[in-house]
Amino acid sequence: MKVGLFIPCYIDQFYPDVAIATYQLLKKLGCEVSYPMDQTCCGQPMANSGFSNLTKGCDVNFVKNFRGFEYIVAPSGSCVLHIKEHLKEGADPSDLQKIRESVYELSEFLVDILKVTRLEASFPHKVGMHVSCHGQRGLHLSSMSELVAPEFSKAEQLLNMVEGLELLKPVRVDECCGFGGAFCVFEEAVSVKMGKDRIKEHLVNDVEFITAGDTSCLMHLEGILNRQGSSVKTIHLAEILNKVL
Amino acid sequence: MIMSSRETILKAVAMNKPDLTDLPDMDLSMTIQYADCKQQFVDMVEASGGKAFYQNSRQDLLNDLAEVKAEGKFMINLLENPHTEEWKNLKAFELEGLDTCYLRAELGVAESGAMWISEKQMSNRLIPFICQHLVIVLNQADIVNNMHQAYQQIDAAAEGFGVFIAGPSKTADIEQNLVIGAHGARSMRVYLIDNEM
Amino acid sequence: MNVKQHAEAAEEFIRDEARTDWHDETLWFVRDKRDIAVNKLPEWEILRDWASRIKDHTLSNLDHYLKSFEEKAVSNGIIVHWATDAEDHNRIIHKIIADNKIDKIVKSKSMLTEECHLNEYLQSKGIKILDSDLGEYIVQLREETPSHIVLPAIHLKRQDVSETFHEHLNTEKGNYDPQYLAGAARHHLRERFIEADLAITGVNFAIAESGSFVVCTNEGNADMGVHAANIHIACMGIEKLIPKTDHLGVFLRLLARSATGQPITTYSSHFNKPRPGQQMHMVIVDNGRSRQLGRPDFRNSLKCIRCAACFNTCPVYRKSGGHSYHSAVAGPIGSILNPNLDMKANSDLPFASTLCGSCSNVCPVKIDIHQQLWKWRQIIVANGNVEKGKKVGMQGMAWVLSNPQVYRISGKIGRWVMRTFPFMLSNRLNAWYKQREMPRAPEKSFRDWFIENK
Repeated sequence: MKVGLFIPCYIDQFYPDVAIATYQLLKKLGCEVSYPMDQTCCGQPMANSGFSNLTKGCDVNFVKNFRGFEYIVAPSGSCVLHIKEHLKEGADPSDLQKIRESVYELSEFLVDILKVTRLEASFPHKVGMHVSCHGQRGLHLSSMSELVAPEFSKAEQLLNMVEGLELLKPVRVDECCGFGGAFCVFEEAVSVKMGKDRIKEHLVNDVEFITAGDTSCLMHLEGILNRQGSSVKTIHLAEILNKVL
Repeated sequence: MIMSSRETILKAVAMNKPDLTDLPDMDLSMTIQYADCKQQFVDMVEASGGKAFYQNSRQDLLNDLAEVKAEGKFMINLLENPHTEEWKNLKAFELEGLDTCYLRAELGVAESGAMWISEKQMSNRLIPFICQHLVIVLNQADIVNNMHQAYQQIDAAAEGFGVFIAGPSKTADIEQNLVIGAHGARSMRVYLIDNEM
Repeated sequence: MNVKQHAEAAEEFIRDEARTDWHDETLWFVRDKRDIAVNKLPEWEILRDWASRIKDHTLSNLDHYLKSFEEKAVSNGIIVHWATDAEDHNRIIHKIIADNKIDKIVKSKSMLTEECHLNEYLQSKGIKILDSDLGEYIVQLREETPSHIVLPAIHLKRQDVSETFHEHLNTEKGNYDPQYLAGAARHHLRERFIEADLAITGVNFAIAESGSFVVCTNEGNADMGVHAANIHIACMGIEKLIPKTDHLGVFLRLLARSATGQPITTYSSHFNKPRPGQQMHMVIVDNGRSRQLGRPDFRNSLKCIRCAACFNTCPVYRKSGGHSYHSAVAGPIGSILNPNLDMKANSDLPFASTLCGSCSNVCPVKIDIHQQLWKWRQIIVANGNVEKGKKVGMQGMAWVLSNPQVYRISGKIGRWVMRTFPFMLSNRLNAWYKQREMPRAPEKSFRDWFIENK
């Protein structure tokens, strides 16, 4: 499988370990991974703030970097969702259609395309599962508590293949963490309150780590945990799946 | 020329409405059916704060009527002759002291314990609401599974008024604490009988 | 008038963290009850689909259904009025009251009358209305507005209610028992029902084929009012119509389960004709609804049946309270309806969300609420209803992010600054830093690592 690695801007800049883990994991699973060197940002921060009219530059650059790939994979549900729903400018409209159809979040790529059934991974720790909204409700990476429908979760399916890992879920299994993009600073009080409430539920389960498919959620929760002086760490799904003893 | 409000609104709606879409094809066989309709109905009546009698209901109902009568309180019995003129024109202040009323329901809905009482069963629209205690008599055979079946059986627009009643009045407006007895009846008893009494 | 925007009002609300937790848990409890109720129906998602399509169809033929409804209603003896806006609605009701020399008026829950500020309008004409729904009665005594369209007093604790009732109804001081308090309300309101000359209600559903309408309550207050009074005025928005009586089967099964987790409200009253000797009026109101109908991206919001399931599931609503939305209808649905009424005044509302999508999932009529929130943001920004600073910041960000070289250099510099001069961002001026630590700034970006290690 030829894969174009799509690394969200804030992961490239602040959480390179997530990108490294994603890259290594995909290679381990037999993919031929290319990393387009001039990628920047998908444009979501502007678009979600009402400035989708300013995303042309990002769109054009994205298309330039990723056209022609059979699969584009990113360790981020929200960025992938944004591309699928809002990528609109590029030199050639057929490029847009192809890209929207070829872009995958990491866990859905592993489960639906690579059809991974076992992983050589080990992470003997108590881990709290945080469900990132955009991936869940936008990409259907897992079932949604509001709907009357069978339960499933692509992330959990993969985490269950990791040796020694004890996955624990909070009572409100899919309540939003409160990051929400620019919301995290423009509605700071609500944002932090939401984050604190998520953490409280995980702490009840005595977890050592909190994991999710989106680094944006983890960055926000980590900021609060560190301010609280907590020993609980955040870790991205890709990092766990790539961990060997 | 000044358009009336009606014309203004209808014109705006006609102009702004989207292209016509179809009504869905509703396959009612997809809606819930209970193995034991009567039991489900009884369970839901109790869950809504009412009391259901179905074992020796005929006798229990007679005892009920006798007891309330003996207490000497203002009661209205519309089981035999709902068309009576006796209560029809009474005003609110005249009905205020109504303690117990006995009404027939035409139909019961298993999924919710709701019962359909049309105007012809209640003589005066205020009666089912102003009484302190509501007693309803329902034929067991008239229990349907769900609301779709209910609407298929009744003609909700046949008379001037009709109501589905599911339990005594209630409120949870104070800190989500359930209080039975808001402005309507404070209690409800249902007698399930097996054929015309 | 300077109305607090959502972010500021929310911050104030959250300062009392214990009370915020209580508010949040109380509303989550209602969401929980909803979940339990809907999971008892295997056909729940099918019902939502039917309801959504019935409403889609109705809106696509709304003028026809409105005319049909009016014709039938009039032939049944109902007097039908049309109101283009809130002012029109209020005037019509005032005229009925004045023409009939009415003194005593009760009103059961109607969010439409809240939207039109009916109570204030009549008050300015020297006419008092009593709100009979217990939650509305409580907030009316306290001179507050409802904070939730189904549970108007959900922001109040029993101690608050007790104090209010002690002050106005002379109940025992310090008696917080909800049973006792509700009993006091029952006693006081009963007299008012008995003596009311006119009763105003809302409309949950209006049926085009029969000219009928349905009013759903748990308390029985709507019925106690209208069957005692000589005049009944029912108020409804144009979007409350459904084509057939049979469709009530779908909507009545969805409404209470979504709102409170009950299979049905205690009373579902079907009004076809006035009782002999009674005047029954119906006021059909537009107030911006036809304009919303003309917005392809937002017309869907008119399907709303006012169940408030979206409020109960929304973490932002639960943790900031209904008053933060400064509108008759708060919550997620309010945030997509209110900008249509007044874009400038409500330009903060679509941003009071993380776009998590939970609201769209609980909506019984499948309104794509979270998608509409996103779309309103684009319109609000395009209309210039956004702070200048934010706009400049976004333009800067867009330029940096569309330019690979600039992006890389900015990133490198930014991270260097964060490592070398942490206090530049780790200070009070940085909203992120108020309650969160900044992320660590690594020396190498992923791209740097990739070049070295591929």
